[in-house]
Amino acid sequence: MIWHHRYVKLVTVCTVLLIAAGGMVTSTASGLSVPDWPTTYGWNMFMFPLSKMVGGIRYEHSHRLIASSVGFMTILMAAWTWWVDPRRWVRRLGFAALGAVILQGVLGGITVLFLLPAPISIGHAGLAQLFFCLTLTLALVTSPGWKTAAAPVDDPMLRRVATATTLIIYIQILVGATMRHTQAGLAIPDFPYAFGHLLPPVWSAKIAIHFAHRVGALIVTLAILATTSHVFSHHRGRGELMRPALLLLLFLSTQVTLGAFVVWSHMDPVINTVHVVNGALVLGTSLVLTLRSCQVSMLGSRVRGFTGSPVHGLTGAEARP
Amino acid sequence: MSRKYTALACAALLATMTACGGSDSSTSARPASPAAAPDAKKVDASTAATITGKVLLEGTPPPNPVITMLADPVCASLNKGNVTSEAFVVDNGRLANVFVYIKDGLGNKYVFDTPTEPVTLNQKGCHYVPHVAGVRVAQPFDITNSDDTLHNVHAMPDRNLEFNMGQPVPGLKNTVTFTAPEVMIPFKCDVHKWMNAYIGVVDHPYFAVSGRDGTFELKTIPPGTYTIEAWHEKLGRQTQTVTLGAKDAKEITFTFKVQG
Repeated sequence: MIWHHRYVKLVTVCTVLLIAAGGMVTSTASGLSVPDWPTTYGWNMFMFPLSKMVGGIRYEHSHRLIASSVGFMTILMAAWTWWVDPRRWVRRLGFAALGAVILQGVLGGITVLFLLPAPISIGHAGLAQLFFCLTLTLALVTSPGWKTAAAPVDDPMLRRVATATTLIIYIQILVGATMRHTQAGLAIPDFPYAFGHLLPPVWSAKIAIHFAHRVGALIVTLAILATTSHVFSHHRGRGELMRPALLLLLFLSTQVTLGAFVVWSHMDPVINTVHVVNGALVLGTSLVLTLRSCQVSMLGSRVRGFTGSPVHGLTGAEARP
Repeated sequence: MSRKYTALACAALLATMTACGGSDSSTSARPASPAAAPDAKKVDASTAATITGKVLLEGTPPPNPVITMLADPVCASLNKGNVTSEAFVVDNGRLANVFVYIKDGLGNKYVFDTPTEPVTLNQKGCHYVPHVAGVRVAQPFDITNSDDTLHNVHAMPDRNLEFNMGQPVPGLKNTVTFTAPEVMIPFKCDVHKWMNAYIGVVDHPYFAVSGRDGTFELKTIPPGTYTIEAWHEKLGRQTQTVTLGAKDAKEITFTFKVQG
């Protein structure tokens, strides 16, 4: 089981790499440098000569290769999870991840064939984050710490605020993806002001999308501060909550700084990509906090309210039928 | 029922992918420009007029950005020394690569034979050659690759259909046609970011691209009053109205200005 958990963690790390590779494709505007799919300039994707990976092809084809590798890894992850994990919902989670990665591949192909229509590209970006959330969830719930949790926190207020925060972060990521795929990243060219004002003096669809992302950053900041404040004030002694809370603040401050530098650097591809990846880490960390706040409910009704000795093994509700 | 819907979904997906898979021979486009009137006639060459002209640039243009081709060793080896973009090609105040054409005035009074001779856009030395060109609606437009590296050809029109095709080996040729007038259609290579070209699609033969000496010529124009437009990729558009009598030979000048 420990090797299974380690493998799921590896898939999660590879997913972050995949998001980074995808971010580089968009940031360098290389999405159409390989015009065909699933082939690459007529070659079988895996037979494409390395010597021909030049210019924008380097980013797009690398993204495809990493995506394929993650796809194969996900097949193994789903099968292995089904084989070793007795919890029905965890096994379903594995197959949900597999379905998501297949759909993600198809979306990636379609967006190339249709010349990057914004709705499909935004869907591709949004599903990437959901897939990351699925692998991260699997990594968390297969960890020894999760399965042998001593008296999981049962705090309805934390559950609500953490869940809301995670949802808000995801919506903000979708707005960011919309901004990227509608070329609105520099629709407002200055920061922290907008054309020298607090509010943009002129409006267009792109300016509105860009400004929405900035307002979204403010809302995300408030939501994260609300969640972390709650953890600091009510669960200071709980390491499993304090660690992600502190990490969340670190990633948040990094993310806001990166967002500013994206504008100041006129969308430098590397800064832009790190902003995308760090956004995923903000989402992932908030998700971990949310899952830990929901652990009691996820363990099943028989465990709810249990605050005594450690929960070992599995409840009847989780066991394989 | 579910099997039926699955089959339908697969068929739809297959059809979509087939339709989007690109073509090496032609590119369909949106509906063409309005057809000629029933009484439209050919231009009478004996009374036709000519416009000659030049394009001038006032002021000092910004230096063309230096292109770094390290992303592709083949391109780097083909371009020694300082390579710059082709945005401003200026010689002694004369501006090249300006697309000049009759924008308005012909109406649908005339019919013009569509040339069968193709216009060619070549990828050579990791540049598009020519950088600016014109082509008639429905005229064959050949896209060729002379480089020993991969190029993709990505056309981004507004009125015609966008396309993106790969040319991975030298000697490849794709022929496309455009069915709607559009000035200009940007072309780019997503592999080599510096590669771009602009193609003007018109439904008559009265267009030209200014040469290195800034000159151009529009021949065999029927008498009438016309709006002539000059387009430059960085400096935008200018128009002039010209009235031509029978056998007239008029000379016009477009003057673009840059700050500084």
